Amino acid sequence: MPDRASVRLHLTTTFKLSLLYLGLFVASVSVILWAAYRSTAGFLEQEIGETITVEVEALKDQYLRAGLPGLVEVVRARSSIPHNNSIYLLLAPNGQILAGNLSGWPDGTWHEDGTVHFKVAEYGGTEDHPATAQAVGFTLPGQFRLLVGRDMSEIDQLRDRMAASLGWILTITAALGLIGGGLTSRSALRRIEAINRTTRRIMAGDLSGRVAGVGNGDEIDRLAGNLNAMLDQIERLMNSVRQVTDSIAHDLRTPLSRLRTRIELVLLKETDDPEVYRAALQESLVEADRLLDTFKALLSIAEAESGTRRNDFRPVELADTAHLVADLYEPLAEESGLTFTAEVRGRPLVQGNDQLLSQAIANLLDNAIKYTPAGGRVSLVVDGKTANQGAAITVTDSGPGIPPEMREKVLGRFVRLDQSRNTPGNGLGLSLVAAVARLHDARLVLDDANPGLKISLILPPQAAVKRIESVAA
Amino acid sequence: MDMKVLVIEDDRQAAAYLAKGLKEAGHVVDVANDGKEGLFLAGAEFYDVMIVDRMLPGRDGLSLVEILRATGNDTPVLFLSALGSVDDRVKGLRAGGDDYLTKPFAFSELLARMEVLARRRGGAAPQTRLSVGDLEMDLLSRTVKRAGRPIELLPREFALLEYLMRNAGSVVTRTMMLENVWDYHFDPQTNVIDVHIARLRQKIDKDFPAPLIHTVRGAGYSLRVPDA
Repeated sequence: MPDRASVRLHLTTTFKLSLLYLGLFVASVSVILWAAYRSTAGFLEQEIGETITVEVEALKDQYLRAGLPGLVEVVRARSSIPHNNSIYLLLAPNGQILAGNLSGWPDGTWHEDGTVHFKVAEYGGTEDHPATAQAVGFTLPGQFRLLVGRDMSEIDQLRDRMAASLGWILTITAALGLIGGGLTSRSALRRIEAINRTTRRIMAGDLSGRVAGVGNGDEIDRLAGNLNAMLDQIERLMNSVRQVTDSIAHDLRTPLSRLRTRIELVLLKETDDPEVYRAALQESLVEADRLLDTFKALLSIAEAESGTRRNDFRPVELADTAHLVADLYEPLAEESGLTFTAEVRGRPLVQGNDQLLSQAIANLLDNAIKYTPAGGRVSLVVDGKTANQGAAITVTDSGPGIPPEMREKVLGRFVRLDQSRNTPGNGLGLSLVAAVARLHDARLVLDDANPGLKISLILPPQAAVKRIESVAA
Repeated sequence: MDMKVLVIEDDRQAAAYLAKGLKEAGHVVDVANDGKEGLFLAGAEFYDVMIVDRMLPGRDGLSLVEILRATGNDTPVLFLSALGSVDDRVKGLRAGGDDYLTKPFAFSELLARMEVLARRRGGAAPQTRLSVGDLEMDLLSRTVKRAGRPIELLPREFALLEYLMRNAGSVVTRTMMLENVWDYHFDPQTNVIDVHIARLRQKIDKDFPAPLIHTVRGAGYSLRVPDA
């Protein structure tokens, strides 16, 4: 099992990334340093080459003016200056050394322009260390050969020093880069580790944990923000599941135990009268049906809440939908001694699920009719004309209404106000309306109708479908 | 009306319960416990109606009905399923099912739907007139008369009566009326249908000695000429 707590630094993405950057950085620094080195050393070499050329011209001139003896004298004079880094050699046609500070004509690789590089020490060099020299050799009239050069030891030293310091620079750069990379990856790692710790805690069952963000809006911060939003959503869903299970445990257990007791009591009676059993079975059946209805309602709510039914959203003519439901409930309202009116303003066409919208309106009317005493009023208004909304479906009654502090609560599952305990119903009607509203991104507004209750399901403007008017031929 | 029924259901206990209930209602029942056996029986025998569970081992109910329909078998099929969403219902009807009932269901609901399916079989030619006893309905002029006396009906009352008359003699449940007259696939919290029936009774039966609309306890309603 992998150790979850200790993450090895060299395995982390940030470390690998900083290593890659370090490599690229060192490579580019190397290229820059190499170029600097080349141009410095090259410049010095060129300088020396030019001095040599000037000297060669002067010596040639001397030879032409003062002849061989003059040249020999000058060469001797110049080569005898101590601590001079100039190199001279004048050879007779037979190879005899006439003047100079070299022991022989150097064997190094001669370039086409007459220049040569060689080790000074091998030719009786003026210095002890085997420094290299750069020289130009040429033949004078009369087959005399003259070599003029410079000891390059200083440049070599400079070069060595440069190479050494460049090496240091590179090493320090690499070291600094490595440390910096390590530090940055560690700080990123710490923040990611914090996220990991939180998720582990959540996996262990503590849903309240949240990732602390730094608030600087960088990608890790955004990741933390998104994770928190996701966790909030999960917690909300978990809570709603818990609420349902609690409700089921509470509100279904009661009728179930009632059913069970009833059956048990009848079995205890020990009577031969079939009518007793028949009556008990009939009652049990009614009870079981009520339970099944509750389950069905719960499933409908869950289905609406899962959001999957958005897939079968179609344009819905709200006027038709409203009229059909009104049509279904009008006789019931009349029988209950209520004045019922249905009105549609405009021709609202919205994207939605017709069955669910119908069911929501049906539940609203059902409640309104159920809770309004005889002689009251119930109205259904579908308004498709108000600005800034897709459409509003409003059911108003003149019943007892719902006190403001209870309005939020009645949308929950199985919630029934005390005064309605004696009215049939399972307390799920408004929950379904709320779920349907959420599915349609609609707002559910409960208001006072003075007296009575006014419930509006307000569909957002984006739910409205643009009507394609068919042009009559 | 006694029918020959094929039940294709893999849950043996549920199948036995179905068979028992159907036999007690006077029907002849064959039971198949998987899709293969069901397909064989459906091809070998004549049935008035088939009750098919949607989820079966071997061959699922949907494809079984698709095969039957492809081979020209037009036995009415009633799907039984634990899957109750509108989507599942549409799938079932598209596969060739004639009706769809979600588990759990009331037995009376199943019997009523089966009977309606079996009667509808053979597809009555498009009718322009319906009549039950002295009640007459003209579908073209949309008028209703009882014993020659015209009766004024609202459009929805007309639709409800038409549905009852088309299924005269059979029991129709409240859910069936909601599905067929209103096209609603949900159950309203209150039994609104009862009020509609009451209104219809006011117009159809009130002034006549013999009522045509009968309440069937625990099931629904039935439109028929009363037994002599």
